[in-house]
This record gives sequence, C-alpha cells and structure tokens, in this order.
Amino acid sequence: MSIDREMVKRLGILSRLRIPEENMDEMVGELTKILGWVDQLKDVNTDDVLPMNSVVEDMNLRERDDVVTDGDIRDEILANAPESMDGYFLVPKVVE
Amino acid sequence: MTDLVELTIAEALDGLAKKEFSAVELTQAHLKEMEKARELNAYVLETPEIALERAKKSDERRAAGKAGKMEGIPVGMKDLYCTKGVRTTACSHILDGFVPPYESTVSQKLEDEGSVMLGKTNMDEFAMGTANLTSYYGAVRNPYKDKTNPDKFLIPGGSSGGSAAAVAAGLCMAATGSDTGGSIRTPASFCGIVGCKPTYGRCSRWGMVAFASSLDQAGTMTRTVRDTAIMLEAMAGFDPKDSTSANVAVPNYEKALTGDVKGLRIGIPREYNPDKGLNADVRHVWEQTAEKLKAAGAEIVDISLPSTQYALPTYYLIAPAEASSNLARYDGVKYGLRVDGNSLDEMYTNTRTEGFGKEVKRRIMIGTCILLEGYYETCYLKAQKVRRLLCHEFAEAYKKVDVILAPAAPETAFGKDDDSTSDPLKMQLYDVFTVPSSLAGLPAVCVPAGTSEVNGLPIGLQVIGNSFQEETILRVAGTIEAMSDMPIRPLRVGGK
Repeated sequence: MSIDREMVKRLGILSRLRIPEENMDEMVGELTKILGWVDQLKDVNTDDVLPMNSVVEDMNLRERDDVVTDGDIRDEILANAPESMDGYFLVPKVVE
Repeated sequence: MTDLVELTIAEALDGLAKKEFSAVELTQAHLKEMEKARELNAYVLETPEIALERAKKSDERRAAGKAGKMEGIPVGMKDLYCTKGVRTTACSHILDGFVPPYESTVSQKLEDEGSVMLGKTNMDEFAMGTANLTSYYGAVRNPYKDKTNPDKFLIPGGSSGGSAAAVAAGLCMAATGSDTGGSIRTPASFCGIVGCKPTYGRCSRWGMVAFASSLDQAGTMTRTVRDTAIMLEAMAGFDPKDSTSANVAVPNYEKALTGDVKGLRIGIPREYNPDKGLNADVRHVWEQTAEKLKAAGAEIVDISLPSTQYALPTYYLIAPAEASSNLARYDGVKYGLRVDGNSLDEMYTNTRTEGFGKEVKRRIMIGTCILLEGYYETCYLKAQKVRRLLCHEFAEAYKKVDVILAPAAPETAFGKDDDSTSDPLKMQLYDVFTVPSSLAGLPAVCVPAGTSEVNGLPIGLQVIGNSFQEETILRVAGTIEAMSDMPIRPLRVGGK
C-alpha cells in the first residue's frame, strides 16, 4: 500500500485533522519518506519473536476495592470545559 | 553573603540548615534571576506568589524541625506536569487555559519534600521534539555560547529545553524533565548539566501529560550528580495511581556516590561509534573519559549491541502510534481550546486542526497510518518485535558489564536556524544514542564530561544501567563529574 492523496485524506478524517489542499503533496511526501525509512526493519529476523507492549510486562495489573473513586469533584472538572450546562459538558447538537 | 543562585542543592540545604539564609531569601534570589534572564524564554509561566508562599511555609517547617529532603529548594516544573490551580499546557495551543484540578504525583512528592516551585518551564509541544523548537510559546535559548559565533541563537535541546536552560543559567536549582526518547538527556548534554532518566516505572507517570505511555518517564535535571541523587530520591517511588509504577523500594542514592569505580565493568558499545554521524570532539571526550575511568580502576569492556541501528525506526513507529492514541482525547469538549463548528465532528476537526502544531500533527498522522489494517502487522507489530530483540541484547550485555558508557548526543548544541532544523528526519537522528535505552526502559544519566575544542560547547556522556541500577549509574556519573573540568556553577546570563 503506497501513500497517495486519498490515503492522506483518509488519515486526516480518522485523526480529525484537516489537511489543506496545498499541504496534501507535502504530507504524501513526508509519509512516503518515513515509511520508506522504517522499511529497513524488514531486514531484522523476528520469526518467533513476540511483540513487546511494555517493558514491565511481567507486572500483574493490581486489583483494588470496587468502590467509587471519582473524587466527587464534578464542578472542578467542568470548570475546564469550554462549555458546560447543568453539570454536563456541552457539545454541538448531535441528534436532529 | 554568597551568591545564592550559584549554590548547588547540597550546598543550599547545608546553608539553610545552618540558618545562613532562609528559603524565602533563596527563592527571592532565584525569582530575581528569572526576571533578568527572560530572554532565554525558559519559563512559560512564572509563579512568584506561589513560590514565596511555599518558601515561607518551608521556613516554618524547618524551624519546627520538619525539614524534607528538598526543603526550601527552588525548582522549575516542566509544563507537562499537572499542577493544581496552575496552568498546564504541555506547551500546546490545544491546552490553552487548562488549569488542572489535581497535582501530578511527582510534583506532589517534590512539594511534600519541601521544594518550592518557581514556575512552569518551556518544552517542545507534547514533548515531541529534539530542539525545543515546537513549543507554542516559542524557542528557548541555550545560555551557552558558541565561541566561534557568540551571537548565534543556540537551541537547548529538547524536549525538556526550558528546564535544561533554567538549570544551566541559575533560574532554579533543579527542574523536572521527562524523557520518552531522550528528552532529558539531549538537553542535559547541550546545556552542560546532569539529566537522569530513571528506570521505567521508577517515578509515577500519574498527572504527566502523556506522549507515548510505554516510554514516558519522569526524571531530574540538576547541575551536579549529588543534586540528582537528592532530587531523584524525593521524586521516585511506588504509586498505586500509575498501573506501571514499580513497587520497588527507593534507596538512598546519595550514599551510592562513593566515587569508587574499582573493578566496575564498563561497556563501550561499538555500534555507538559509527564512522559517520558522530562529532569528533564528542568521540574524543568519550574515549578520554573511558581512559580516565580505566585509570581509576574500572574495567573497560568492548561490547556489541547489534540491533542498535534499528532502534530509531522502531522508536519512530512505536512513539507516534501511542501518541496518536493518547492525543485522541483533545477534542474541544473537556478542557483547553475549542473552535466551534456546525456539527460535533466539525468542531473536533476545527479544534484539533487549529490546536496542534505541525510536528504534533505529523506524528498523529504517522501513528494513525501505521495502526491501519495493512500497516499494523508490517509496521507496528514489527516494531514491537524489534523492541523485544533490543531489550534482549541489553540483557545479554549486562551479563558482561555493570554499566554502558556512550555519548548522549552525536553533536554539540546547534543553531536555531541551522538547515537540519527544518528536516524532521534529520532532527530524529539526534536521538540515535538515547532511544535504545528508552525502548528498553533502562535508567540512564547524562553527565557533563568535557567541552568541544572547536566551539567550546558542553559535551555530555551517558551512563546506562540495568533496570533499577540507578545507584550504579550515579556512582559512575559522579566519578566522571569529578574527573572532568566542566564548571558546575550557573552561567548567569543576566549578569551579577
């Protein structure tokens, strides 16, 4: 799969980023260059090697008591919202 | 009276204990220095009222016999640590006006140990950068000068560039940094200070603005190795609020600074000495330091880490993939910038398009791309497999050696307007020596080891240890510091 303008458009939609028409070719070039550069990894033999998500993979996720730990600070959290109303985050209308 | 901003933490703690000066006086001296050196753009937010209030309380605590490990020490806080009631933006436009309702664990621990926050330091946007050129608040100037061209605007390295410049110039006694692929060690090398990235899991990530969670690690930036030991001890420790925090006891790091390296096996990885891409002065300082360590009784061992060349491409797949996922949370709803639109989706897109800078967008696009079906296996999973191989090679190496000695950066600090700064691929090459140990989660400390004969700029070397061997790397770094002729006093760009 090569990178073309269609692909950049698709990535823009998935990332919720608008790529202006005049920057399209630049972005195609950048992504092509990066993917070409990382392609050298295929020279590494990774047969029978498992992917590593984290260097602390031998650590067990800890359990905690099943209690509410939200801090009870609704208003403090909402204080950072660009818009809020009646204790809720406010967003543009989503249901017609 | 001694010039307060020129003291090390160890000296200041001593002076405070002997009542030679107060925490308030110490803080005032630093606030004044910050004012004089604003041209560096090291701080994006100064918090003098908070600082003076905390300093006053610190003096009261000390008088009551309740002094902490960093009691009264003025520190700079990298702008990616959430600080309760104090604006935190990770130097991104998209976090405009975000005032966290909570405090990060690391900054809380530092406050609990008595340190006094002077302000928030400049950084690359979301810690994505090597030169501190991607900050929404503008570039930071390195307080050092190129002796062949003193007017040249030198970058401090990144992403913790504001912290590094502030420490080097005496605008704080120490600062927090964070390191994902070299963001503490590169600026430490460029600014002639000590920068330590501890083992992944050693310091809590809770309350740090996330970049690439499997790599992000909090760390210290100070002027001496002893100060690093003091600060790291105050910052480190288990935190149930971070799922990858390690439940490992924190030792007394200062006690590890014996200066004795006799019998210690120090590995020199031959892959870190490429024919091209390593500055001759850096190579010279590295070789000279190895010789001196040998003369001090250490055993120098030639080692090989054959997959080193693959570390950079591996990092530049894993980090953007994690970043694209982490940065999905910036949507104009919960905090920060919102740019309105006719629909929810349009609002998201408008906000993110305006809020993120060029480099951050670039990495989000790369990350999104390689997580797509068709790329996921060949790029993302492949990188994760190579990451395991890299870790395995380090583990094998540590059967033969106690620490690894390597350059921290391939060059000395460069100019803001140098050609390389406009090419992302070239900029990435500056991470070549720091990224492998990041991928392996190993502790590494960058310590000033010498200066370039060509331009007079500082050169740092990296001591990389096995997991949780911070004591050993600090011991070696302390020895290197004692053997080098690097000044440990701040540069006083604002004049005395």
